[in-house]
Amino acid sequence: MTTVTLMTTALGAVVAQNVFFYMIAAIMVFAALRVVTSDNIVHAALYLVVVLAGVAAQFVLLGAEFLGVTQVLVYIGAVVVLFLFGIMLTRAKVGSEANLDHQNRWPAILTAVMLLLVMAYAVIDFAGDEEIEVINASPTSVQEVSDAIFSTYIVAFEAISVLLLAALIGAIVVARKE
Amino acid sequence: MTSLLAAEEASAAIQAGGFFLENVWIIPAIMATSFACILFFGKRLPKGGSEIGIAAVLICFLLSLVTAGQWISEVNRADNCVVAQLSEDKYICAASADGAGEFASAVGSAGSAVAAENDVLVDAEGDEGPAKGAGLKPVISNRTWWSNGGINFTVGTMVDGLTVALLVVVSLVSTLVHIYSTDYVAGDRRFTHYFAFLSLFTAAMLFFVTAENILQMIVGWELVGVCSFALIGHWWEDQSNSDAALKAFLTNRVGDMGLLIGMIILFFASGETWSIVDINKLAIEHTTSHTLLLIASLCLLAAVMSKSGQFFLHTWLPDAMAGPTPVSALIHAATMVVAGIYLVARLYGVFFEGLSIAGSSLNALALIGGITTLVGASLAFVQDDIKKVLAYSTISQLGYMALALGVGAWTAAIFHLFTHAFFKALLFLGAGSVSHSVHSFNMKTHMGGMRKFMPTTYKTFLIGSIALAGLPPLAGFWSKDEILVGTGGWGFFEGKPHSNGAYTVMLVMGMLTAAMTAAYMTRVMYLTFFGEFRGGHHDDHDDHGHDDAHAHHGDPHESGPRILWPLRILAFLAVTVGFLNLPPGFLGLPKGITERFGHYVEPSSAAKYFPKINHADPSWSLAIFSTIVVSLGVAAAYFYYFVRVNRQNPAGTELVGGPTSRFGLLRAGHTMLKNNYYLDHIYDGGAPVGAAGATAVGALFGVAAGSALGFSLDNGLDQSFVPSLIWGIVLGGSVFAIVSTALRTGVGAATFVKRPLAWATNWTHENVLDAAVDQVGIRSVQAAEVVYTRIDQGVIDGTVNAAGSGSSGIGGELRRMTTGKVQQYATVMFAGAIVLAGLLIIVI
Amino acid sequence: MYLVQFLLLSSVLFCIGVYGVLVRRNAVLVLMSIELILNAVNINFVAFGAYNRELGAAIPGEVFALFIIAVAAAEVGVGLAMVLTIYRNRKSIDIHEVDLLKG
Repeated sequence: MTTVTLMTTALGAVVAQNVFFYMIAAIMVFAALRVVTSDNIVHAALYLVVVLAGVAAQFVLLGAEFLGVTQVLVYIGAVVVLFLFGIMLTRAKVGSEANLDHQNRWPAILTAVMLLLVMAYAVIDFAGDEEIEVINASPTSVQEVSDAIFSTYIVAFEAISVLLLAALIGAIVVARKE
Repeated sequence: MTSLLAAEEASAAIQAGGFFLENVWIIPAIMATSFACILFFGKRLPKGGSEIGIAAVLICFLLSLVTAGQWISEVNRADNCVVAQLSEDKYICAASADGAGEFASAVGSAGSAVAAENDVLVDAEGDEGPAKGAGLKPVISNRTWWSNGGINFTVGTMVDGLTVALLVVVSLVSTLVHIYSTDYVAGDRRFTHYFAFLSLFTAAMLFFVTAENILQMIVGWELVGVCSFALIGHWWEDQSNSDAALKAFLTNRVGDMGLLIGMIILFFASGETWSIVDINKLAIEHTTSHTLLLIASLCLLAAVMSKSGQFFLHTWLPDAMAGPTPVSALIHAATMVVAGIYLVARLYGVFFEGLSIAGSSLNALALIGGITTLVGASLAFVQDDIKKVLAYSTISQLGYMALALGVGAWTAAIFHLFTHAFFKALLFLGAGSVSHSVHSFNMKTHMGGMRKFMPTTYKTFLIGSIALAGLPPLAGFWSKDEILVGTGGWGFFEGKPHSNGAYTVMLVMGMLTAAMTAAYMTRVMYLTFFGEFRGGHHDDHDDHGHDDAHAHHGDPHESGPRILWPLRILAFLAVTVGFLNLPPGFLGLPKGITERFGHYVEPSSAAKYFPKINHADPSWSLAIFSTIVVSLGVAAAYFYYFVRVNRQNPAGTELVGGPTSRFGLLRAGHTMLKNNYYLDHIYDGGAPVGAAGATAVGALFGVAAGSALGFSLDNGLDQSFVPSLIWGIVLGGSVFAIVSTALRTGVGAATFVKRPLAWATNWTHENVLDAAVDQVGIRSVQAAEVVYTRIDQGVIDGTVNAAGSGSSGIGGELRRMTTGKVQQYATVMFAGAIVLAGLLIIVI
Repeated sequence: MYLVQFLLLSSVLFCIGVYGVLVRRNAVLVLMSIELILNAVNINFVAFGAYNRELGAAIPGEVFALFIIAVAAAEVGVGLAMVLTIYRNRKSIDIHEVDLLKG
């Protein structure tokens, strides 16, 4: 292949990446909005699945494949199921419910929008034209990640495992009947 | 007279090595294991776990001896070694001095092969061909257990002469105390617990002295503190005992603050390293900023003051005598309290440079030590409790050691630590033996004439007393004499040749203390062992928990063999250990016999982690003079007690119509001593002297510390004297304020806040407010008569009513904000965060 | 691709999550909104990791994202347990009815 074709391929890949990014981002934003506005709890949970899957897709787009898979496994596989159990056990109404939101939502909307403005300004100001080169780099391998976890970040890893244990015990203690 | 050590002549240092030196961690590990075993299985064993403890501590002692032996042989190897340089700062022993061609084992065959091939560059600085003898680098074995941000946190051991000396002292005294305790606390309800903590303490202390970095030192330091706390409060059912334990703990916290701050300063000042060797090295090479070193050493000094009972944080130590006597002997006399001394000795590079010890005549460490030694000795005079006398005596002797370190007499300080450990343990154990028999510690009410009942205890106690008083040729004499020589003050204000400075004031203080020590020990001897027995009845104060077993014996009796044998061993040591460090040139003895202790213990400055200190020449005239002074002290007390008191009434304890009852000034002094210079009152703030005393002592201390600091700063910062003196006073005063505040909040928070405050409030109330209120009242009434009808009814009432309803209304409105609805709170919180973030963005 | 794309997406998700936390009455839904916030943070981490890949440091971002996933899992577990307890005691998980902080 000549340099020109390489460049075109690269250009094509960049365009494709951007297209995918914006498609997924749009779906995610929409689903996220539905998560926080839906009248139906179960629907909200299912929209959450869409957002989480979108996040996983973004991870893959960024070359973090292992993380994408973990996201699917942990979040969609476990956390959402937990949520559904939570909904079930608390006997929330399955189906539409009129007052899932409370009355004064305007302060909340204002807060969220202001927050977005501040953050967007800061982000654009900070990283307005920083490019990410994912095209030519190969995705990070599982080995790299595991090497890092079990050497450099071993202390944090152990701390996390203790935290999980504590959370396990804590959840049992809190939720158990007297 | 030549006084320089062989190691001092060396310009190079070789690496020491050897199995026990590299694996010294085994020793504390054994004791830690013993602690765990006693804790878990002790109760089920026939002897309640004491057998585990004794076995473990015996093994430790033997291992310590082996380690010491290995170190001594390494020093000998270094002495007989012709040094070859491998690279910069790396030397090996190319050949032993007698030409046997022994190549270094420490560096390994590869290194020596390189050396051989490269035409070994023999260090030829000396005039007589190749330099003989080398310094010895400490054996450091460590491993990194955590590294973060480029900083390695290591754990490991460091062994040099100092470590080895402490290992031997700690394990030996601990062994004897273990054996002694099996009798002394027999039948106690927490027998197992007691031995478990003895093991833990020994482990912690051994860990502390083998520490490789300052982080480990902090850990060991705190561990010994905890053990001390637990053992002081061993009989915590008595309120006073648990109070004493708390006091010890809290007072130590004050110093620990200094320890932490000092260690952190050292860490950063020496380029983020924890290693003791590196910190010392950088300090000696003047790489570390001198100001930081000064601040760090002053902070560490606070830690030393609390742990080693230096004036004015010494008040916990006498109270710590609430613990069982063997514990007092082990922890509060022989080992733990010298942790502070050890800290200074270990980080001597820091202190030596930070306080500018060389070439000075006063510094904070020496001054604190000097004051402590005098204060301790004077307080020891007025105690009725034999253990308290020994406690104050310990404070005084610790002050001696601090003084010695402060004047640069490092070896003398460590040697005094070494000898003091033996004779002070002996004295404590002797006192325990007596009290075991009479069931009290009070010399005036329960003792007297004990030499008839307890001949062995009497003899050993007498030996201990003479050793402590410092009469030749017992141990105390040699070490005390070295300290006095080390002050360099005996040159009549010029400084003796080879001394570090002209610390004449320190010499005077040391001399006075020597006389006082001799006198109060004579007093103790009389009150305890001479005169007539004043006991004869038993009261309920039985501190060793086996009332039933001993309840009915009539006369006091000699203790059993498990108590007497430790006494005999310690007495033997108290007589002999002094000969370990005979002054150089003593009676024409050859070099291989004199100064053995200093030779093997003092690190070589060639190893670059120990400052180049001078060794003052020993002086016959000083030794004779100090002996005369001591004899005068003994004679004075002997005349008072053995002759006059005894003649007046053989069962008496003080001279009726004696000087204290005749002279008001003496009586006042006596009262002041009885009250420990009112320090406790100041700390508690409970007594009327509270505020006034604090101010007075604060000012005194400010001036004292100021002058000391002034000199230090003067030496260090090239400032003129007066501003540095002012700085010193400010610093000293603020340190005192912080310390006393901390103590007040810790120990006597309620009383302190309540009493002076209540008094002040009351005074203000009566004299200022009441008068003002009265006047205001009278005038108001007159005014009100006029105003009432016109303004009050119309304007004021209206305003007041409006204000009332208004605030009620505002309250009602504000009340709505606290709805209890979490999400509203969260909204406000987020909004606040947004505002802050926006501000940050705008500003930055 | 630009770094800012991901950061903006993450900001939007974060704000939506915040809105959900502030406005939802059902405790389970609040927890879901918190998940949105956490995922927004994760996108940030991974994006910065990929951005730093040229500097040879893609790994820390991913590792921390992994840790956050683990912490989030723990958080959901404990959070749902608390919701269940509240439900058992009050027969409702309406956050508005839990107002013991009321002044």
